[in-house]
Amino acid sequence: MTTENSSLNPRGKDVLIEVKGLQKHFKNSTVKALDGVDTTIKRGDVVVVIGPSGSGKSTFLRCLNLLEVPSGGHIWFEGKDITDKKNDINKMRQKMGMVFQSFNLFPHKSVKENIMMAPVKLGVMKKDEATERTKQLLDRVGLPDKIDAYPGNLSGGQKQRVAIVRALAMNPDVMLFDEPTSALDPEMIGEVLDVMKKLAREGMTMVVVTHEMGFAKEVGTRVIFMDSGKILEENTPQEFFGNPQNERLRSFLSKVL
Amino acid sequence: MTEWFNDLKAQFILNFINEGRWKYLLNGLGITLEITFFALLLGISIGVVIAIIRSSYDNTVETMDSGLGHTILKLLNAISKVYLTVIRGTPVVVQLLIMYYIIFATSNNKIFVAVLAFGINSGAYVAEIVRSGIMSIDKGQMEAGRSLGFNYVQAMAFIIIPQAIKNVLPALANEFITLLKETSVSGYIALQDLTKGGYIIIGRTYSAFMPLIAVALIYLILVMFFTWLVGKLERRLRSNDH
Repeated sequence: MTTENSSLNPRGKDVLIEVKGLQKHFKNSTVKALDGVDTTIKRGDVVVVIGPSGSGKSTFLRCLNLLEVPSGGHIWFEGKDITDKKNDINKMRQKMGMVFQSFNLFPHKSVKENIMMAPVKLGVMKKDEATERTKQLLDRVGLPDKIDAYPGNLSGGQKQRVAIVRALAMNPDVMLFDEPTSALDPEMIGEVLDVMKKLAREGMTMVVVTHEMGFAKEVGTRVIFMDSGKILEENTPQEFFGNPQNERLRSFLSKVL
Repeated sequence: MTEWFNDLKAQFILNFINEGRWKYLLNGLGITLEITFFALLLGISIGVVIAIIRSSYDNTVETMDSGLGHTILKLLNAISKVYLTVIRGTPVVVQLLIMYYIIFATSNNKIFVAVLAFGINSGAYVAEIVRSGIMSIDKGQMEAGRSLGFNYVQAMAFIIIPQAIKNVLPALANEFITLLKETSVSGYIALQDLTKGGYIIIGRTYSAFMPLIAVALIYLILVMFFTWLVGKLERRLRSNDH
């Protein structure tokens, strides 16, 4: 079904997300959060977005599934313009998993309910099918014994791994990560990154906003540097870190590496 | 001492046993509970709807561009505001009398009128309580729900409202207690509720002490029982998150 959709895109069937001239200005601010962003994300890409705070990288990510409504420009997901009000954004979001900095697990639901709620209530899976998938996914992130726990009883790293599973349960075509390790204690960052790396190696299309340069180098297929709402450099990890062209990027890398 | 006790016993028999006068209290209690129960259901329904309208408007007024949806929401929000102002700005007795003598002047179903009046009254207070609950939920919860593919109403129903209600349960319980006691003005439209039942006994026996104390005690026991029940419910809900 998804492959049929992507074939609608004139630019080639392996293009998953196409961004053209993306603009965003917030009402109470004079600066543009996004100022003409163009990029293409292909199936299987692991795109890592880095940049200083306030560079618009999170806004960019949140525009991809319309959590922020762009002020201008277009985003095509599997060939359909998500900024077009005629397209059902709720249907499209089912195919775009998102992981947040602050986890945003539902505290009144158990781990199992957190994961199964969307697939079952949205009619994507039958209950026993979803239960099976929940167990399988929790196994994969090393949390099979937490299935009946409540988010309040989990550590930060465990919460984030459950949040990743919750997004994966919908069988998304792309996973969006919004600074997934920024709210974690240092010793818990590794366990979350490991899950993400595994996911990347399995071929999941991912867009990751992060400060983890190691992750970008290790599994990124492309790295994007953003500042003041623009993409200043976009390249393979080797070129990006080994031979940065942009002056602003060079000074940024010299500070963080 | 025995004389005092005998007097008390005589009073008790006069007020409650003779001519089966206790039935005024029992029947009155039934009516009080009936009105309270249905008014509570109505109040919570109205309250939740108004709370969702008001908080949806507050959340989207900045970001939503003009369109039919926004116009409707704006209108609903304005109506809700008028409703809250009028209901909270006038005494419940006056609302009950207006309902009975003006709006439903032709209706003979007093219980229906009372349920409507008290329910609409309670709804205004429930609305503000629930709204404060909705506003206390982190906006990441709504975003997480929407990112999974839920539409706004589903995210509200499955994720936001259950947490909001849990957070405001003590305030809601307080509103329920207030509602239960406020129904004691039902006598104004000649409904024989608990208070009116006690009042009728006084009219028959010309002694106020026993009936009034009995009525007060019954209200007190009801409220204490309910407080205990809510406390139990709260502990059960809280046991999930730490």
